[in-house]
Amino acid sequence: PVLGVSPPPPALRPMEQVIVAMQDPDLGIKMKNQRLLITVIPHAMTGNDIVEWLMKKYSIMEEEALHVGDLLVRHGYIYPLKEPRNLVLRPDESPYRFQTPYFWSSQQWPASELDYAIYLTKKNIRKQGQLIDYEKENYNLLHKRINHTWDFVVMQAKEQLRASKQRRKADRIVLECQEQAYWLINRPPVECLTPRLSQRDRGKQSNTKCEHSSRMCPITHITKRTLVEHLKKALGRSRVKSSICLERYYSEQYFSHDPMMHGCPPSNPWITDDITHWALNTNTVSTPTKLRVERWSFRFMELLSDPLGRLKFMEYLEKEFSAENLCFWEACEDIRHGENSRIPQKVQEVYKQFLAPGASKWVNVDSKTMEKTLEGLRRPNRFVMDDAQMHIYFLMKKDSYPRYLKSDLYKNLLVKAIAPQETKRSVFPFMRRHRHSSPNPALVDELTAAPRGYGGCTVSLLQLYDSLPSFNCS
Amino acid sequence: MLRGSSAVAIDNERNKHPSDVIAAASAARARRSGRVGLATASRSTSDPHPAEMATHELHPNDTLTTLKMESENLKAKLEEERAKLHDVELHQVAEKIEALGQFVMKTRRTLKGHGNKVLCMDWCKDKRRIVSSSQDGKVIVWDAFTTNKEHAVTMPCTWVMACAYAPSGCAVACGGLDNKCSVYPLSLDKNENLAAKKKSVAMHTNYLSACSFTNSDMQILTSSGDGTCALWDVESGQLLQSFHGHGADVLCLDLAPSETGNTFVSGGCDKKANVWDMRSGQCIQSFETHESDINSVRYYPSGDAFASGSDDATCRLYDLRADREVAIYSKESIIFGASSVDFSLSGRLLFGGYNDYTINVWDVLKGNRVSILFGHENRVSTLRVSPDGTAFCSGSWDHTLRIWA
Repeated sequence: PVLGVSPPPPALRPMEQVIVAMQDPDLGIKMKNQRLLITVIPHAMTGNDIVEWLMKKYSIMEEEALHVGDLLVRHGYIYPLKEPRNLVLRPDESPYRFQTPYFWSSQQWPASELDYAIYLTKKNIRKQGQLIDYEKENYNLLHKRINHTWDFVVMQAKEQLRASKQRRKADRIVLECQEQAYWLINRPPVECLTPRLSQRDRGKQSNTKCEHSSRMCPITHITKRTLVEHLKKALGRSRVKSSICLERYYSEQYFSHDPMMHGCPPSNPWITDDITHWALNTNTVSTPTKLRVERWSFRFMELLSDPLGRLKFMEYLEKEFSAENLCFWEACEDIRHGENSRIPQKVQEVYKQFLAPGASKWVNVDSKTMEKTLEGLRRPNRFVMDDAQMHIYFLMKKDSYPRYLKSDLYKNLLVKAIAPQETKRSVFPFMRRHRHSSPNPALVDELTAAPRGYGGCTVSLLQLYDSLPSFNCS
Repeated sequence: MLRGSSAVAIDNERNKHPSDVIAAASAARARRSGRVGLATASRSTSDPHPAEMATHELHPNDTLTTLKMESENLKAKLEEERAKLHDVELHQVAEKIEALGQFVMKTRRTLKGHGNKVLCMDWCKDKRRIVSSSQDGKVIVWDAFTTNKEHAVTMPCTWVMACAYAPSGCAVACGGLDNKCSVYPLSLDKNENLAAKKKSVAMHTNYLSACSFTNSDMQILTSSGDGTCALWDVESGQLLQSFHGHGADVLCLDLAPSETGNTFVSGGCDKKANVWDMRSGQCIQSFETHESDINSVRYYPSGDAFASGSDDATCRLYDLRADREVAIYSKESIIFGASSVDFSLSGRLLFGGYNDYTINVWDVLKGNRVSILFGHENRVSTLRVSPDGTAFCSGSWDHTLRIWA
């Protein structure tokens, strides 16, 4: 806790840490008297001071320092003495001051109607008829709403004004500015709502907080017991040394494939408006690029997740008479991620095609796995093929995949692969290329480039959306 | 999740099937608010594993105090065990790696068209189209390359906080304050009203915070303000699996790119990041080092780790095999929360969109900030790298989306 104030909510803590550092007697901003017209305000600083201090303290550039300082002003931690209505940071000699912790947003004092009424009344008395439009509106609203305590409001306002008259002019100006800044934050004029962090920002953006936020659910005995059991289990899990895990992060091979780090041959379409890079890498291209073919050798998953890679791998497996493995794997994926209603049917088909004795595309699964799978077939579900699928997956990964990478088929692909040159920047960089549109995938199948059925989607999807009773709750 | 007396009732009902619990919770809520109709979530008959609700019987001597003490002890022990194997820091391992050079990224496209805060976006597999959703209920599909709008849907609710592109490119899913996730097939008939073909798939008892298709158009994973995540069958709208364990709103999720493809991670207002087994519904790993809400989680490309962005102004990296946090990405001058994070293709860079309108770019291995990108005029609410890593897209409360490269 700083200066006797309560700890801020987590979202505001980093901001307040900056403010505290700024006011450090030794390392903080050097404050001086600042001139405001004919008055001298003590313990103030200039906009420049703020920017320079931020730059030095956090080793950041001016743009960022200005940005951070501006946020501090916008949230009421620093207020301007000149043009106090305008909560921005000016990187010049404009004077600023730190807001007193009493008024910090994190204090969460409810900015009560009573306090606001007193403030507006003070202003009204001091500068008769000088309230701004939205303030006038608020004043009238409050006058109606808390009319029963209006005597109290006026009395308080008069008292506070009298007390402040007894202060020195400099102090009076400071207090007025502090208050003004506080109310600008807590009762901003609706038109110029400066965007800022509000305390309860979340999905409950509607004002009915209770309706939309669940926050922490009540801790009951049962949830606590559950947590304890969960922790016990977590304790028992095996872990790997950090040195082993972290070594794997550095993978030089991937860096050269990262367009943001190593460019993108021939050029990044977003930068040059030239879509050659995409055209060379579609799924139906006849000659893949060098980078792409290389990538298939990094990991088995890279090969399988590239539709073209998978196709080429299938060609290889066909030559080896082991294509049924990949077909089986694909069929299992279809079961796992397909429609729930078609699972029993698909499972039957897969069993007939791949697992039954004498099956046309029989796959070699070990006896234990086969037994388990057959047992599961009695009650077909999304995961019934998981064990068998994994067995075949690792079979391909350990055996077929390494041999594929050494095969002539793969080596030829590498040799024939396209390796476009990185194009130099256009001589006329301001000449905008025409940005060609591309067929919408809803119209054309991205994998095969075949046109989709009428209506835009594949026939099965279309049937899905058209024929089933809708669940519309409009 | 419900507060108040019905919450205890719900807890006691935990041994029921998850869909029954959700239905009951929804019924209770409906009754309270006077609305008619249950959120129907009928049980799928072909799943063999009724989701174990991860509940346990109370032991004879359990009191709240003893349980609290026990859990505190176990937590401390867990941290000890995790620390034992932590023999080196990530940035130490990264010392031998070359530092990144000067980093220049600029806004290459600005997509204007939303009339209010942009809340979420997702890329199409074709690497150039995106879907975005906003506070005013509009969901727009753009060809980000040409900046043309190709489809627009007006949702019946405001605050569409989640949207996702289907892997086939033929549909989009979205939802928000309507507590639902709906799928819209993308028709190219200009006269067709997309809203007419809408399919309501997911039903939660509180706002939808995130959604994602799994490997196909047929399954959707959702997270919600009701504290749960759930897996749904699109065709029938059936709940396939629910995931209970967060103690507050779940704000984000990401599917693991692993070989077996059976896990996902979620982050919530309880400051926890949980890794789930999609088959059993169990939480298999949990991390609690953030100091505030976790707004975004994203897997490292290899699937061995994931990053998180939080309201505590830090992003963190958690390794799954080491079972611990291995890096914190923070800077004293960054004083606002991170709303969304994503990795570049190789995983060397981590992009974070923040509530102070900026985007910070981090060197994942060395831990330092490489660049800060200005441009948005309000909070950055969503950020995704394109499927081929050539660019990333950021969406903001300033009503625009930007493509950076």
